Amino acid sequence: MISLIGIAVFILLAPVIGGLIAGVDRRISARMQGRVGPPVLQPFYDVGKLFEKEITVANETQRFYAFSYFVFMIFTGALFFSGGNILLVIFALTLAQIFLVLGAYSAYSPYSHVGAERELIQIMAYEPMVILTAVGFYVVTKSFDVATIALFDQPLVLFLPGIFAGFIYILTIKLRKSPFDISTSHHAHQEIVKGVTTEFSGPTLGIIEVTHWYETVFLLGFVYLFFAFSPIIGIIAVILVYLLELVIDNASARVKWQFVMKSSWAIAAIVSVVNLAALYYLRMV
Amino acid sequence: MSYLSRSPWILHYDATSCNGCDIEVLACLTPMYDVERFGIINTGNPKHADIFLLTGSVNEQNREVVRNLYDQMPNPKVVVAIGICATSGGVFRECYNVAGGIDKIIPVDVYVPGCAARPESIIDGIVMALGILERKRTEMISGDKGVQPELQQGGKAQ
Amino acid sequence: MQLLLFLILGPLITAFFMLLVRSERERDWIVKLSALGIGAVTALLLLTLFDKGLLYYAFAAESTGLLMFFIEMAIAFFILYLGIKYKNYLVVSLILLQSALMLYLEVVYSPAIDVKYTLFIDQFSIIMALIIGIIGGLICVYALGYMRDFHRHNKDIPDRRNIFFFFMFAFLSAMFGLVFSNNLLWVYFFWEITTLCSFLLIGYTKTGEATRNAFTALWMNLLGGVAFALALLYLAIQPAPIMGLNEILASGKAVVLVPVVLIGFAGLTKAAQLPFSSWLVGAMVAPTPVSALLHSSTMVKAGVYILVRLAPVFQATFSGYVLAFIGALTFLIASGIAISQSNAKRVLAYSTIANLGLIVACAGIGTYEAIWAAILLIIFHAISKSLLFLAVGTVEHQIESRDIEDMNGLIMRMPKVAAMMVIGIAGMFLAPFGMLISKWAAIQAFIDAPFGFIFVIILAFGSALTLFFWAKWLGRLLVVTPARENLETRIDLNIWIALISLAGLTAITCFIFPVISGTLIEPFLLQNYGNFARLSQDNIIIMIMMLFLIVLLPLSILLPRRKHRQLKPYMGGMTTNADMSYTGAINIKREMKLSNYYLNSWFGEVKLRRIGIYLCTVLIGIMFIMAVYAGVIA
Repeated sequence: MISLIGIAVFILLAPVIGGLIAGVDRRISARMQGRVGPPVLQPFYDVGKLFEKEITVANETQRFYAFSYFVFMIFTGALFFSGGNILLVIFALTLAQIFLVLGAYSAYSPYSHVGAERELIQIMAYEPMVILTAVGFYVVTKSFDVATIALFDQPLVLFLPGIFAGFIYILTIKLRKSPFDISTSHHAHQEIVKGVTTEFSGPTLGIIEVTHWYETVFLLGFVYLFFAFSPIIGIIAVILVYLLELVIDNASARVKWQFVMKSSWAIAAIVSVVNLAALYYLRMV
Repeated sequence: MSYLSRSPWILHYDATSCNGCDIEVLACLTPMYDVERFGIINTGNPKHADIFLLTGSVNEQNREVVRNLYDQMPNPKVVVAIGICATSGGVFRECYNVAGGIDKIIPVDVYVPGCAARPESIIDGIVMALGILERKRTEMISGDKGVQPELQQGGKAQ
Repeated sequence: MQLLLFLILGPLITAFFMLLVRSERERDWIVKLSALGIGAVTALLLLTLFDKGLLYYAFAAESTGLLMFFIEMAIAFFILYLGIKYKNYLVVSLILLQSALMLYLEVVYSPAIDVKYTLFIDQFSIIMALIIGIIGGLICVYALGYMRDFHRHNKDIPDRRNIFFFFMFAFLSAMFGLVFSNNLLWVYFFWEITTLCSFLLIGYTKTGEATRNAFTALWMNLLGGVAFALALLYLAIQPAPIMGLNEILASGKAVVLVPVVLIGFAGLTKAAQLPFSSWLVGAMVAPTPVSALLHSSTMVKAGVYILVRLAPVFQATFSGYVLAFIGALTFLIASGIAISQSNAKRVLAYSTIANLGLIVACAGIGTYEAIWAAILLIIFHAISKSLLFLAVGTVEHQIESRDIEDMNGLIMRMPKVAAMMVIGIAGMFLAPFGMLISKWAAIQAFIDAPFGFIFVIILAFGSALTLFFWAKWLGRLLVVTPARENLETRIDLNIWIALISLAGLTAITCFIFPVISGTLIEPFLLQNYGNFARLSQDNIIIMIMMLFLIVLLPLSILLPRRKHRQLKPYMGGMTTNADMSYTGAINIKREMKLSNYYLNSWFGEVKLRRIGIYLCTVLIGIMFIMAVYAGVIA
């Protein structure tokens, strides 16, 4: 079950792909805004720069949290791409995310603190939908193993249209795109200075950036599972989903956390109840 | 050329400016000038910034703030004084409550004159600052691995 | 059988010794030796009986039964007296009703009742005995140090430590009796003893609030007791009376459904499920060892124990699903309320109610997978929760507050206790620790059950809520504040013994849980359900890898590191002093203060609890109606 190749490929390639996605993202966003935009390799320059800077910390424990965030995000992605249990993948993702939050808490700083609280609200907002997506996969494929889900021969999205829509909704939160970038944001956006990452600087911030790349690739892998019956359609779908997120990012203004929370929960509840109930009904008939 | 000059992130602080220069600094970020072409991002957070853009003549209220922001930036870093007030105090130089120029508070690397400074000259100043940033990095690596004399002073002041 | 009797009577003997001791030193030694003894005997029980499966013992039923009846009546008179003295007529009427039922049962039907086996033991009982013996014992040891400090801090409360320890040990004795009894009349007897002990322990301080809350606990549990007595009467009036747990499980569902639902109702009151949650929250006025005991190893665990025991009857009945739904709703609502609480003990109380809700949900569904999850939940919850309570109690005595906001930067002031609290909290909601494994098992169990998707959805939302309140507490503890005085030097040795043992247990059980599952839970499931659940080998390996990572990563702090500079937090450019104060507008000196979100307008206690009480009361009504329909009419 555990394929070492999947793990190795993920660990080596994910930062490259994730970085390129971030570069293309910035470029396309710039074009949407009528600007030229930075080079596609810009994210790599940024991280390279961060590693060239002096090491400054808010306290001695901060780097530990950032490093743990990094390690457990890789763990999450590696487990996912090696075909492991999807619930375990989600739990590992939560663990990674909690380390980032704790890093933000540990710096005794107002901005980072508000960022941490909002990050927790975000996690609370998207977590049910992520678990219910896994549950949806299980109901259709009878397995929690990513390997088995990926080999399912019919398009999962046809069984789980509601859950797919719900997942896309919370994907906006996970990718830290407007209108849901309430705890920290990408590009030149600023919210409560920089939210959770306010107190991270230099190489520590670099680690967090690379972790985001890993996370992006992992999340897109999740989207791919809905279309895994055909790799080509799957990849096209992933690209379209990402473009959709870009449009949403550039076309919307940031909302309050109350809206993030309410809307995500309402959508998660409605789509999962309807979709899962329909599946149960169809099975019984 | 290191990555440093390909990804300069800026921090912009208004130290008693009349907002004229501030508007021009922000104009650089608009589609018209689009400094993100060069990887420049306005961070709003000293801990993420490499280049410190200052406007205004610095008064008694924000003296300490300028110093504090400067101290919180990780090395290597450069300071660009934008507009004539930041350069020398401009017409406010003789006022009782102004310091008269950023370099009375912290070391300045590039002076961009003008009232208000034009976006072109601001960009020009930043590009010049990139060269200095590179040089400081080389010094940082060859020298004491990072801690510059004025920084140690800053550390004590905290 | 000697071991069983020792476990029931041993703590009782210690309890009587507690009444007699004169000096603190004597008490110290007796409590420590008994805790050690009880712990050792439960371990012996494990070693000798873990592979024996189900064993029944026929122990002097009649004489003991009579003795129990007299004790019950004595207790009833005592409660009646207190009820009249404090003018609590609800309690008076409930105890009168209950005693009348039991008197009727004893006089009219008891000659016809013949239970062959009074005591029994199987793997589930062993697990419960381990929890009661080891955790309960550690809590008693902790109480030695805690109560000494408690009376030093609260001079106005009379020192009745003899009585206190008497009831602590009597409580343990009753719990052992409860989990080893096969005769339902015996179960009922021990059940009532736990009610009485908890009532008196909650009211220990005799303040107005304590007395009020003790009576709340009493009337709610007496209500459960009345239901239990009704169930016994129902069973006794059958043509062929059924009084053994084993006989109930063996008989057809329809016959025993009504009494089982009645006992299930008693279980709900004892496990503080909505609408009866308020007694457990109110019980927080008691000294912390009492809370720890009520929450982790005794009392509420008695409620879920009986539900899990009776789960085969609930399985695939409509009443069972309604019961599960009550549990799931309680989980969701109690988790929500916990967000709005800043009092650490109340957060723990609501989290207990929530987790018990999850166990009840598993028991109501009653499939082998669900029971596997339920037992895992019982084990991990007991360990982590007792650790957390004891840590909070310790902190409370040092910083004079149990508010989470006052624990800001606890890691700087009380590093060791804070680290243990972190272990306890991580144990409650983070992978790869215990509670998360159990929640995982619960997801798996729910999804395979009919109508399971509803429960999975509730669980998904509920666990998001738990994540929020645990994580923000965790963050508060780990804030690195400017250095402050270390407060740990004054902590009593007994307290350290209990804390360190429990922290160790929390970590160790995560490593060895596959062994626990393999040797105890799986055989139990195989015997009762003919099937068992477990995690696959791959997943266990991955979990253990994660555990190692979590254990090893903090060591990276100790590694030599590159030169770095420490910066003050960013305050919008404001210069701050060493204690994070700054000079604000018009030269006023201000201090930076951070506090957590409590989202009161969304998760306020009053609002959510009201919704929960209405919903769950209606559901309990439906549960009874369906039971009567399925068990009597149909």
